[in-house]
Amino acid sequence: MIRILRRFLHVIRQPATHYSLGFLTIGGFIMGIIFWGGFNTALEVTNTEKFCISCHEMRNNVYEELKPTIHYTNRSGVRATCPDCHVPHDWTDKIARKMQASKEVWGKIFGTINTREKFLDKRIELAQHEWARLEANDSLECRNCHSAESMDITRQSTRAAEAHERFLFTGQKTCINCHKGIAHHLPDLSKAELSPRPSLLPQAGVDGDREAIARYVEATP
Amino acid sequence: MTLKSLLLAVGLILAGGAVLAEGELSTLRPTAPIDQEAEAEPIPDVINSDMRQVRNYPDQPPLIPHKIDNYQIDLDANKCLTCHSRTAVEMSQAPMISVTHFMNREGQTLATVSPRRYFCTQCHVVQHDVKPLVVNNFVDVDSVLDFVRGQQGGGE
Repeated sequence: MIRILRRFLHVIRQPATHYSLGFLTIGGFIMGIIFWGGFNTALEVTNTEKFCISCHEMRNNVYEELKPTIHYTNRSGVRATCPDCHVPHDWTDKIARKMQASKEVWGKIFGTINTREKFLDKRIELAQHEWARLEANDSLECRNCHSAESMDITRQSTRAAEAHERFLFTGQKTCINCHKGIAHHLPDLSKAELSPRPSLLPQAGVDGDREAIARYVEATP
Repeated sequence: MTLKSLLLAVGLILAGGAVLAEGELSTLRPTAPIDQEAEAEPIPDVINSDMRQVRNYPDQPPLIPHKIDNYQIDLDANKCLTCHSRTAVEMSQAPMISVTHFMNREGQTLATVSPRRYFCTQCHVVQHDVKPLVVNNFVDVDSVLDFVRGQQGGGE
């Protein structure tokens, strides 16, 4: 192994003997364009909703949940696709996110969430990853479309305007702090490992006794 | 089913059909002929004023004065409690769910929301900006009391 490596180092340090300088520079340039273009094209293909929902894990769970929400169907017909919210738009951030997402390929191969039950068990963890990511980058993907400066709070309901004035414009909170579960269903939040627990999080298993509610639902015809 | 009851049922259906055919009865549904498709009414807007409305009697569940589109209320999460739970009202400044929501059917106050009061929309509803479909003669109890007082005053 070391011998092969040494031989490779030896060869690569020699000047090219058979190929002209023109061939090497122009050839290198053209190959560069092809590789770079190919890389980016492949990257863009993985950055489409069509690609995301080609896996049943995404199509049957989160995509179905997105459909009735405002980010899929609304009066103007402008809609967000999966990568609009889940992948940063800037190149470096995008590559960083894509490298993280290679773990999802592992998950797909080994079927980490390949049934509905597995997905439901795992979704609190998955959701918390996304919430943490959006909290850390100040809700970057939300702000790609929703800019606080362009927000006309006189066109909002009093309730929304007051909340935005108090928390968003002062920088106290970022979008995701309040707007959780707007594009997908919320997972069982009693299992959430959030400490201290943020007060603007829908708390079902916390504010009610989850087991008691389940028994009540079962007993109610 | 006996022959008698069968005949009665058939008779009633025929009678009902006859009445409907004459157009004497009108229902809340649009009475378009069955072979024609009636034009659907536009879906009215939900009142989103954020103004609390008067309760018609003291123990009426308060109406929801805002939109609740896609609010998730299930075992996993309760979107309403995001703002209306005991711990959230400091931040949201929304009215807290009343203490009755913590009571079980024996009247004992629990630490958390009682399961029978957990599903908000069983009692609390939004209102639409529409004219009532039927005339309603409901009178607020204050007017009733005024009326009674007036009667008594008149009698003396």
